[in-house]
Amino acid sequence: MTEKYIIKQLSIFSENKAGKLAAIAKIFLDTGVSIQAFNIAEANNFGVVRAIVDKPEIAFNEFAKQNYALQYTDVLAIKMKDVPGGLYEVANLLGGLGINIEYAYAFRTGAYGALIVKVTNPRAAAQKIIDAGLELLPAKDYNF
Amino acid sequence: MFWNEKMETLHGHALEELQLKRLKETISRTQNVGFYKKMFKDAGITPSDIRSLDDLHKIPFTKKADLRNGYPFGFLAVPMNQVNRIHTTSGTTGKPTVVAYTKNDLNTWSDLIARNLTMVGLKAGDIFQNASNYSLFTGGLGIHMGAEKIGCAVVPSGVGNTKRQIEMIQDFGVTGLHCTPSYAMHLTEVAEEMHANLESLKVGCFGAEAWSENMRRDLQNRLGLKAYDSYGMSELFGPGVAFECPEQNGLHIWHDCYIVEIIDPKTGENLGAGEKGELVVTPIMKEAMPFLRYRTGDITMLMEDECPCGRGQKIARLLGRSDDMLTIRGINVFPSQIEHALKNIPEVGDQFMVYVDRVNYQDELTIEVEMNKNVFSGELKDLSNLQTKIVKALQDTLSLRASVELVEPGSLPRFEGKAKRVIDRRVI
Repeated sequence: MTEKYIIKQLSIFSENKAGKLAAIAKIFLDTGVSIQAFNIAEANNFGVVRAIVDKPEIAFNEFAKQNYALQYTDVLAIKMKDVPGGLYEVANLLGGLGINIEYAYAFRTGAYGALIVKVTNPRAAAQKIIDAGLELLPAKDYNF
Repeated sequence: MFWNEKMETLHGHALEELQLKRLKETISRTQNVGFYKKMFKDAGITPSDIRSLDDLHKIPFTKKADLRNGYPFGFLAVPMNQVNRIHTTSGTTGKPTVVAYTKNDLNTWSDLIARNLTMVGLKAGDIFQNASNYSLFTGGLGIHMGAEKIGCAVVPSGVGNTKRQIEMIQDFGVTGLHCTPSYAMHLTEVAEEMHANLESLKVGCFGAEAWSENMRRDLQNRLGLKAYDSYGMSELFGPGVAFECPEQNGLHIWHDCYIVEIIDPKTGENLGAGEKGELVVTPIMKEAMPFLRYRTGDITMLMEDECPCGRGQKIARLLGRSDDMLTIRGINVFPSQIEHALKNIPEVGDQFMVYVDRVNYQDELTIEVEMNKNVFSGELKDLSNLQTKIVKALQDTLSLRASVELVEPGSLPRFEGKAKRVIDRRVI
């Protein structure tokens, strides 16, 4: 039931050096893949580039071909109201449900915002979130 | 000033006679060691064939790699109830090299240190701070015993906590200091930042790693002391094998305890005074672990000129290594050990490079590990955990702190033939 809410984020290993992000962005450009949401997590001299894109398989194959270390990571996109307190509502509810967020990042389109969250067990978490009355954005809107 | 004037100045025939007597005793002790029994048999010689010092050349060399095969007690020539101390030093791969001492060995060793410290002007009344590692590293306890023997007030300050070290030098009025030259530089810099006055210092004994004349000038000017070079290795007791006298021009090696040869490391041929080669030492006062013609791997030469101080023939300050051993922060490390430690980590595999740099006179070890595509989970925390795991593996096997950098697949050099994964970029 919750499978349609599982979003395949690309997690790409990258060194923290000048020009690295450009090289990654170029691959999206060359493959005609559009980025919906994007985030970089950095530690010491390296990082993980996280991207939600419209055609993840095409991007994944090209990155793999070019020798990048990358993985799919299952994440959820929780719809947020684009008003003050929108994030509070979502975060407070997740806290109340005992769902621990490993990491999160947000994006906004014209009408609403969304919080991308990585949680330990996304399928079970998706069910709880829906049952609690929040809206999850289905993967097809982003990358299927 | 002499600690043992007779022995320190023994020359010519009297010295050779003593060396031969002690050599014969040493050879007889080695016959309790399986390795040497077999060596003599294979070479077709018996202990009675060694009748003169020249006959020493009939005996094959002993290499550090031989010691590895004897781990842990294969080279012990005495029963354990005569062993009084055990140290270890880094081996060429995984296992360390064990060195053992009888009560007499500890006494001989501390006597040599007593000679060295007396030679550079230390005596009862001096306050001597030993900023060396006091555990398995022989520079801690070894120097400590010798400094106590000559009556110094010894401060066993160990390594680290530099501010406290500086406070003690100031508050106690420390006159003699022993540590690695790179730690001495670090101490100097911290002292200058603290505006500490270290004018009580007069003698610095620095060893366990190579250091230049520039560094000596720097240390002497900034710390206001005379800086002396100290040479030794655990296989030959530890520090104290050779030491500079106030002339500061070469190191006196103690000929009554060590028979010295310089060889061409490629051919094994003996070289004359003034010719650079590998130092080969036969220690003739060691009981627990006697070695014959031990190849130190250190490049030096016997010096031609006699020393005005009256002591015996000197060797030059160290000029490098005949093998690939590195000394990092005073700790001897073979590239093979680093490779061994890293290859045991599945996430690392074969793709890594090791760099040694000197930053502000301190040695820095940097490991670049290529991210293995098959083990990348996509999670940053797993990468951080891998970094920690590598740092810990190196700390455990080498007792060295390293920084680990993860790099992208395919970004490290590939080797055809023998890989050279450890690069020493230091300029000393």
